[in-house]
Amino acid sequence: MARVGVFICHCGENIARTVDCARVAEYAATLPGVAHAVDYRYMCSDPGQRLIETAIREHGLTGVVVASCSPHMHEVTFRRTVARAGLNPFLCEMANIREQCSWVHEDREAATAKACELVRLMVEKVKWNTALEPIHVPVTRKALVIGGGIAGIQAALDIANGGREVILVEKGPSIGGHMAQLSETFPTLDCSQCIMTPRMVEVKNHPNITLYTYAEVEKVDGYIGNFAVTIRKKARCVDEALCTGCGECQSKCPQGKLKTSVIPNEFDLGLSRRPAIYVPFPQAVPNVPVIDKEHCRYFQDGKCGVCQKVCPAKAVDFTQTDQVVTEQVGAIVVATGYDVMSSGEYGEYGGGRYPDVIDGLQFERLLSASGPTGGEVKRPSDGKVPETVVFIACAGSRDRSHGVPYCSKICCMYTAKHAMLYKHKVHHGQAYVFYMDIRAGGKNYDEFVRRAIEEEGAVYLRGRVSRLYQKDGQLIVKGADTLSGQPVEIAADLVVLATAIQARPGSDALAQMLKVPYDGYGFLSEAHPKLRPVETNSAGVYLAGACQAPKDIPETVAQASAAASKVLGLFSMEQMEREPTVSVVNERTCIGCFDCERVCPFGAIEHREIRDRRGNLLKVVSHVNEGVCAGCGACATTCRSGSIELRGYTDEQVFAQIAAVGV
Amino acid sequence: MKLGSVAREKTRSGFLAEVRRRSGTNPADCYQCGKCTAGCPLTFAGDLDPARVMRLVQLGQRDAVLQSRTIWLCASCETCTTRCPQEVDLASVMDALRIMAREAGLTQAAREVAIANAGLLGSVKSRGRVHEMMLVLQQNLRTLHLFRDAEKGPVLMLKGKMDPLGHKRGARDQVRRLFENVARMEAAERAASTTPRCACSDEGGEA
Ligand SMILES: Cc1cc2nc3c(=O)[nH]c(=O)nc-3n(C[C@H](O)[C@H](O)[C@H](O)COP(=O)(O)OP(=O)(O)OC[C@H]3O[C@@H](n4cnc5c(N)ncnc54)[C@H](O)[C@@H]3O)c2cc1C
Ligand code: SF4
Ligand code: SF4
Repeated sequence: MARVGVFICHCGENIARTVDCARVAEYAATLPGVAHAVDYRYMCSDPGQRLIETAIREHGLTGVVVASCSPHMHEVTFRRTVARAGLNPFLCEMANIREQCSWVHEDREAATAKACELVRLMVEKVKWNTALEPIHVPVTRKALVIGGGIAGIQAALDIANGGREVILVEKGPSIGGHMAQLSETFPTLDCSQCIMTPRMVEVKNHPNITLYTYAEVEKVDGYIGNFAVTIRKKARCVDEALCTGCGECQSKCPQGKLKTSVIPNEFDLGLSRRPAIYVPFPQAVPNVPVIDKEHCRYFQDGKCGVCQKVCPAKAVDFTQTDQVVTEQVGAIVVATGYDVMSSGEYGEYGGGRYPDVIDGLQFERLLSASGPTGGEVKRPSDGKVPETVVFIACAGSRDRSHGVPYCSKICCMYTAKHAMLYKHKVHHGQAYVFYMDIRAGGKNYDEFVRRAIEEEGAVYLRGRVSRLYQKDGQLIVKGADTLSGQPVEIAADLVVLATAIQARPGSDALAQMLKVPYDGYGFLSEAHPKLRPVETNSAGVYLAGACQAPKDIPETVAQASAAASKVLGLFSMEQMEREPTVSVVNERTCIGCFDCERVCPFGAIEHREIRDRRGNLLKVVSHVNEGVCAGCGACATTCRSGSIELRGYTDEQVFAQIAAVGV
Repeated sequence: MKLGSVAREKTRSGFLAEVRRRSGTNPADCYQCGKCTAGCPLTFAGDLDPARVMRLVQLGQRDAVLQSRTIWLCASCETCTTRCPQEVDLASVMDALRIMAREAGLTQAAREVAIANAGLLGSVKSRGRVHEMMLVLQQNLRTLHLFRDAEKGPVLMLKGKMDPLGHKRGARDQVRRLFENVARMEAAERAASTTPRCACSDEGGEA
């Protein structure tokens, strides 16, 4: 005979304002099978929980119903409470009389009646509940980090320093990402490469990190704790083990001879040219060249082969092919970063047409000592030192008409930095900044922008530029200063557009492969915007850096370390506990139609062969992988032979609830 | 501008809603970036720049907006509409404001423009086509600038742009029907705007 305890929570005023909790408790006490019913101000508080524990012991309860908020809030709390009193946690159910009752109704009488009904339904269900034991899944304590920008580097180092193995996969020939392209960084103006390269080297030398550069993740199977990932290592055509990084090949490649070279250097965003065999930048990790087959003469018409001849280490190998490796990992950190909108998208600003209209990243290269001008600010068209530079903020961001209504967050800061660094390099130069609002929230950030204005003489003009055009070797910028209400016209030598930060092309395909939701702009979505900012809704997959939203370096690094700590937390156990509310198949009645396999959104259905003692195949039935099953119940409702049951939501339990409606 | 009147939500949102309904675009979308002002070829001549017009509409400053010269100087070149990052159709707003100013009899700020407007429409209405010569003469008479632009007359006549007798008459009947239709639609519009309505439900004007 069932002995159910019912506990009605007031949630302060939240429930009690609309629901007469004492009356609900009185009513519950009259229900068949209910041995005890009380109401209390805060059931989740310590005394509230003690109330439940004591009642379980004193009344010998076999089931508990807590009528309070949504199970999303406190199911875990109350399950632990009943477990402390020696009852199986899955014999506890919650009736939601807050979100589904008091918060959405005003009529006290009707709300109280509805609360009684919700309680009755749960009492009927809990009578059919059975004790369930958590599922244990083994955990492969090795992580995969996708993307080798500062986010991926930080996450990999943190996990590796925590004593776990890491595989870092980077698409490009070197790790470093965008941070390696930057000159100096706000708000402290320290040299980006100086603070970054030690970390890059550490990644290379760390015994716990396996680095795959020039590689991409092709396939991800499995589930939290047990992923199988397929990685394609593209052919570099240079043997990493033999190459000494002497650079002989690069300097001799005929495609790189200055005048004739036509290959834009991606690292310098097209501001310089590179040979067909190249290392993207001097501090690259690994310092091993790759051959760009599209532009290599040997691959195009079978001639040349100079690099192979001059290489003293005999490392050049034209016959190298892509290699595909499979790795087992327990957790995945996605750190694939961002892209900047091309300035070509802004016709009215002459982007893509005028060589002296460049984007912010290109300006970083002009400022950088490792850049095409050796750190001197010279404009691309004629190499002249620009004496007037106009910076245009929000060139693409906060612009519905260009499909980017969001704020890119970092441009205000790097534009102030650009104005400042320009002044440091060209003392007699004048910087103008067109802006709409200055967003400089952050430690020492607003002070930084004020410094650009007050001490470095940058003239800030509040307004959007309408148009710019070329005239007599200069760029005429037409804007307005809305603070003085005056139209403004400036003849500039160079114009720098702070173009929008966007998700990488292909981030949607990657997200689909990892089953991670993403927003309309292609940024990957965190599981909760406030409380679970580095987790995703795909268990075991975490986010770090600008692949989630535009961010600066401090934020990126913080998020990367947070993701690493989540991974290390997961890896602190050899086995992982999962909720037992998963589907089970009755192998006797399953007819092997596999409709369940077609509807399962998580790929949890496997095929199991049933054989007799002599090994003859009798039939193939469905089997649910408990590690993957998310307990959504799609299979159970689809199964035509009624062979699948979702634990905790069995037919008996659900029918009992339905039967209790409106009694 | 009396700031006290900004706070009165009803007047403010009433004017904003009316401009929204009649222009088919939402002036509240404007975030005052000034790109329209920067591109407007007539900013130098007007008393308010286009962004300010939008701001005053947002603040419900009906009189200041309807009495401004800017709305009459607007050449409807639509540079503002093309460039606005918020996709506000400013040219339509200017149009709507001109209509509202005429209805309210607030055309003093740009009397000559209003006279030209009325003269042009009158000419088209009666003849089915503009009689340029008459239009100019009328304008100069009414504004008391008798010989303004007189020296341009012969050139225009030589080039066939202006005919002392008026060009061949246009499709007078069809044009008359057009005017009648517009009058009917305007009457319906007036009737509709006197019945109270919810400001939030009329996105894009009358369906
Ligand atoms: C002009 C400009 C100036 C800036 N200045 C500053 C500054 O002064 N201070 C500051 O704090 N921040 C600054 N930032 C911001 C800074 O660049 C970012 O915060 C930081 O680079 C984000 O790092 P990330 O690792 O998330 O992304 P990224 O740097 O974009 O790195 C992502 C990496 O992942 C790799 N990748 C992408 N897709 C895949 C894939 N499918 N598989 C494998 N690998 C992949 C990429 O090749 C890349 O190496 C600036 C940004 C810009 C545009
Ligand atoms: S073989 Fe290709 S990469 Fe090597 S030197 Fe010739 S063009 Fe350059
Ligand atoms: S361009 Fe658009 S958003 Fe900018 S001030 Fe003009 S109307 Fe407002």
